[in-house]
Amino acid sequence: MKLTSREDLKKLREETKALVAARSAEETKIIVGMGTCGIAAGAGEVMNAILEELNKRNIKATVTQTGCIGMCEKEPLVDVQRPGGNRFTYGKVKPSDVPRIISGHVLHGNIVEDLVVARFEEV
Amino acid sequence: MQLVRAHILVCGGTECTSSGSKQVQDALAKELEKHKLDKEVKIVETDCHDGFCEMGPLVIVYPEGTFYVRVKAEDVPEIVEEHLLKGRIVSRLLYKAPATEEQIPGYKETDFYKKQQRVALRNCGIINPEVIQEYIARDGYGSLEKVLFEMTPEQVIDEIKRSGLRGRGGGGFPTGMKWEFCRRSPGDMKYIICNADEGDPGAFMDRSVLEGDPHSVIEGMAIGAYAIGAREGYIYCRAEYPLAIKRLKIAIAQAEELGLLGENILGSGFSFDLHIKEGAGAFVCGEETALMASIEGRRGMPRVRPPFPAQSGLWGKPSNINNVETFANVPVIIKRGAEWFASMGTEKSKGTKVFALTGKVNNTGLVEVPMGITLREIIFDIGGGIVGGKKFKGVQIGGPSGGCIPAQLIDTPVDYESLIAAGAMMGSGGLVVMDETTCMVDLARFFLNFTQSESCGKCTPCREGTKRMLEILTRICNGEGVPEDIETLERLGRVIKNTALCGLGNTAPNPVLSTLRYFRHEYEAHIFEKRCPAHVCTALLVYSIDEEKCTGCGRCLRACPAGAITGEKKEPHKIDPEKCIKCGSCFDVCKQGAIIRL
Amino acid sequence: MALVTVTIDGQKIVVEEGTTILDAAQKLGIKIPTLCYLKDINEIGACRICVVEVKGARTFMPACVTKVTEGMEVRTNTPAVIEARKVVLELILANHPMECLTCVRNQNCELQKLAEQFGIKEVRYEGAKREYPIDDSSPAIIRDPRKCVLCQRCIAVCSNIQTVDALTDQKRGFDTLIAPAFNEKLANMECVQCGQCSLVCPTAAIQEVDDTDKVWAALADPKKYVVVQTAPATRVQLGETMGMAPGSIVTGKMVAGLRRLGFDKVFDTDFTADLTIVEEGNELLQRIKSGGVLPMITSCCPGWIKFVEHFYPDLLPHVSTCKSPQQMFGAMAKTYYAQKEGIDPGDIFVVSIMPCTAKKFECQRPEMKSSGYQDVDVALTSRELGRMFKQANISVAEMPEEEYDAPLGISTGAGAIFGASGGVMEAALRTVYEVVTGKELENINFVECRGLTGVKEATVQVGDMPVKIAIAHGLGNARKVLDKVRAGEADYHFIEIMACPGGCIGGGGSPIPTDTEVRLKRIDATYTVDERMVLRKSHDNPAVKALYEEFLEKPLGHKSHELLHTHYTPRGICE
Repeated sequence: MKLTSREDLKKLREETKALVAARSAEETKIIVGMGTCGIAAGAGEVMNAILEELNKRNIKATVTQTGCIGMCEKEPLVDVQRPGGNRFTYGKVKPSDVPRIISGHVLHGNIVEDLVVARFEEV
Repeated sequence: MQLVRAHILVCGGTECTSSGSKQVQDALAKELEKHKLDKEVKIVETDCHDGFCEMGPLVIVYPEGTFYVRVKAEDVPEIVEEHLLKGRIVSRLLYKAPATEEQIPGYKETDFYKKQQRVALRNCGIINPEVIQEYIARDGYGSLEKVLFEMTPEQVIDEIKRSGLRGRGGGGFPTGMKWEFCRRSPGDMKYIICNADEGDPGAFMDRSVLEGDPHSVIEGMAIGAYAIGAREGYIYCRAEYPLAIKRLKIAIAQAEELGLLGENILGSGFSFDLHIKEGAGAFVCGEETALMASIEGRRGMPRVRPPFPAQSGLWGKPSNINNVETFANVPVIIKRGAEWFASMGTEKSKGTKVFALTGKVNNTGLVEVPMGITLREIIFDIGGGIVGGKKFKGVQIGGPSGGCIPAQLIDTPVDYESLIAAGAMMGSGGLVVMDETTCMVDLARFFLNFTQSESCGKCTPCREGTKRMLEILTRICNGEGVPEDIETLERLGRVIKNTALCGLGNTAPNPVLSTLRYFRHEYEAHIFEKRCPAHVCTALLVYSIDEEKCTGCGRCLRACPAGAITGEKKEPHKIDPEKCIKCGSCFDVCKQGAIIRL
Repeated sequence: MALVTVTIDGQKIVVEEGTTILDAAQKLGIKIPTLCYLKDINEIGACRICVVEVKGARTFMPACVTKVTEGMEVRTNTPAVIEARKVVLELILANHPMECLTCVRNQNCELQKLAEQFGIKEVRYEGAKREYPIDDSSPAIIRDPRKCVLCQRCIAVCSNIQTVDALTDQKRGFDTLIAPAFNEKLANMECVQCGQCSLVCPTAAIQEVDDTDKVWAALADPKKYVVVQTAPATRVQLGETMGMAPGSIVTGKMVAGLRRLGFDKVFDTDFTADLTIVEEGNELLQRIKSGGVLPMITSCCPGWIKFVEHFYPDLLPHVSTCKSPQQMFGAMAKTYYAQKEGIDPGDIFVVSIMPCTAKKFECQRPEMKSSGYQDVDVALTSRELGRMFKQANISVAEMPEEEYDAPLGISTGAGAIFGASGGVMEAALRTVYEVVTGKELENINFVECRGLTGVKEATVQVGDMPVKIAIAHGLGNARKVLDKVRAGEADYHFIEIMACPGGCIGGGGSPIPTDTEVRLKRIDATYTVDERMVLRKSHDNPAVKALYEEFLEKPLGHKSHELLHTHYTPRGICE
């Protein structure tokens, strides 16, 4: 689809915003930091572990990626956001930590305290 | 039914089983039997206590209802002896209620982010860089739309000029002025180029922006192209950044598909095509004239300026080059206005700067701070101080072109002018923190080795001069320094600075000149006392054993790979300096602190 | 042109906008030293020997490429500038073998001169030196990277002027090296052996292969009958190897010197230049008459021949099949002359003196053996002959004037002008005109053929036939003409191409220095030689006429075909 006017762009923006809002009200979002720093620290394996765990437990969640947020020293970073809730960042996540995050936080809303870095907010 | 005094519930859900509840159950049975409690205490396997799985295996002791979590088989004796026999609860295994969301601090409350202000990095780590809609949803391409329909190119240039934005790649030239030169340069074909040939050791700001938010760079370039009158652009990215290149390619393809790049963007009549050119990894290709030569397919070698790229650049056409971070700032300036941007920073250095914080600092990573913040705030507040609580010695800023700023100048504000006055430079934003274990002569040697091997070889002072400086530094580190060396280094440094052809050559001596300025005593210690104060230069280290402290335990003797240590058991040992290879193994293993290292 | 006022070392001067600091200073009598700079060829400001202080500039500026601006204040001799230059020079010297006493460029070396000028007494930066092996793979050019100062003049001349691109910078930092791509051997490259690189090299990093020992050995061998031929250009440049002014005409003195060296006969390539004109002129006429491949292109220049074989192999049918005068000479010396004098051709040793390095390659080509022997045994450059003279205590300037030996030393002015760009064309026109029209040419000076314009074009009326000609010198200029031919956009009949700028008088084997000024003086001298000749048309050469009568029978005849014509090898681009 080609945008051929300002209005087209505006429309796409509004639609996308609405879509994002609707999704975040319904679905849990898991976001893996997949910059070079994250990947070097093992984000790829963590991402696989997340997909596997969700699949195994038949949990529906949106898994997506993002770039480097700056805390390279704490990579791999994984953010979890439950429907309508806050987004939380976990740091130094290993594949073996994934089941705890999924069952604790994703399923039951219990923040895995020893891994959590902070509540996400824009700086 | 036999009466029992207690029930122990062990969870037999899948989750707990997989984390070892069976072993716990077995251990319990064994331990109860051992204490002859098997008749009094009954083990019950339960179903999943939905919701606590991540804390399994779970053990609940009734009648008290004590809820033990993450119990391992080896914890079982303690539970039986303490809880069941002595009636004392094993508190370390107790379940604690999870923190509520409110109890977890927000980013802004953490030391790392408290003093940061993310402009160029506004989307990094937030959006999915491979989905253009996520960028658009955050008002992406709104600034391009604004300039195309509401602003003349002159107004765009004026906005950027008033914002005070200066080049983030090193030189700090005012971006708006650069654009204006190019706009005014006659010619119907012009190019806009993004310098993404980030090459400083320890620097990864541009990589992160390209990987995390490629569209902000693309949008910035399109705005720049509109301003200077270009319809074609290049992103020159080093091939060692495969992920950045991949994401850029995706981003460009998506922007093209939506018509945000290409012919007649949004029906405005403005057209802009963007290409990626992969660099082959020569540091010097970050120099703008070398970069253009490389795009043209020639060897990346700088040429004399003038003519400047704005007059005669890529393929002889007027061209404008800015770096990644500079472009990433542009859409925000257009969106929020020059005044907003200029409200951040200092009088001459506006806005924010991204730094790659590395070295001996606790919180390494990427930070974006307002200009004018002090080094102390970056290193101690954001960076969390020095690893292992060691003594802070200095910070190397600006990469191989920059310099070292010593501990006593830690309150230097980070802006273009202050850093140059201190003998360093903003550079692209590498910030390497050093502690007492860094030898400044060795550090200077490291950077000189880098610039020498990356010199393009065109001009004499850089090609030959840095080699001689490197040879002298190597000699000094090897304990073969002679008194004239300092003067020779200063003379060569001065001449290279004054005569080299390009900016990289002019600044190549900076790491040496700045360490000579602030850490001259370390050079002198190496040369006159044949001593490396930081204990780094192997050739200058001398190991011996303090006979008073040595207990003759033999630890060092066994650790020595060279067989240089001798001594009877329980008698003081000795190191044969002829055999010692100065590896430091003895120093590391001695528990008495008897090894003396000079 | 706008004028700007600048101040250099306190003196004001008004110069045209766009003038460099170097040139502006020169006008004030201030001679700023340079090393990498070569006007119009290498203007890259790389060596930093010419740095000066410009008020307000962040760093010192290279005088050779920095243009003056209004109000600019320049200091060329402050202590800081002198220190900087001296350090830069010392840095170059620290990486130089310092074999001056045993170097071929001893006393003719720009680096040596700078060291003297700067008063260098010691080199303070001892350390590693760049060590790369000598490349002596080529029959003509030898490269010694140890002596290279990385000024890039050779690259500039090879890439920008010659468009051959045989040399390039490679590696980085201290290890930077100028060599054929991937440090391949020169012999395996598209190098056309023109030797322009050796001409511009400030040191001895690129020089001709020295074949003088072979000549000394032949001269000392009583069994050998050693004859020498001298190329047209040598008589207007050899004096320079022994301190004479550029453009000195030393024909007779050179002949005397060669005789004193012990050559059995001193002959002249001008003789076979005349022969070439007769053959080539007839070839052209035949092509025009019989609808052969046109335009026809000259084939005298071995650098050009190798160039066309590499870069335009598809155009080889355009190239005249005539051998070059050097090779015609060798073939005639070992057949016609041997027969005439009753000498076993196997005993004849042919030496040629050439302003050219590519001639060394040419005489070794496998097809150049039509006499049954290698037609030309050794080709020496003018520079090498200069060295032989020095070693033999022969001062050219003080030699008497002597005549060439007959018959292969008899020539006309048409042969003499082969040395300058356009000379072959002019000589050919003189002959073609008279052959076609049967009338005597009134004005034999075709001035449209002369001078240093890169590509010269003209239409010459030959009877009722307009002949369209083009002349290119320097291979970059040749490309412009060839691309037109390739594209079918050229309606020329005849094209002259010489590989070296200015033609052979600027050849890669010429005395050093050879620059535009020197070239112009040699060109003037060349036409003076022509004017002083009694006979100025090749077909009037009595020795050539006798050659046809006694031996060859007729132009383009059977023997000519066997001995004077050749074929070419499509080589293509090296992968």
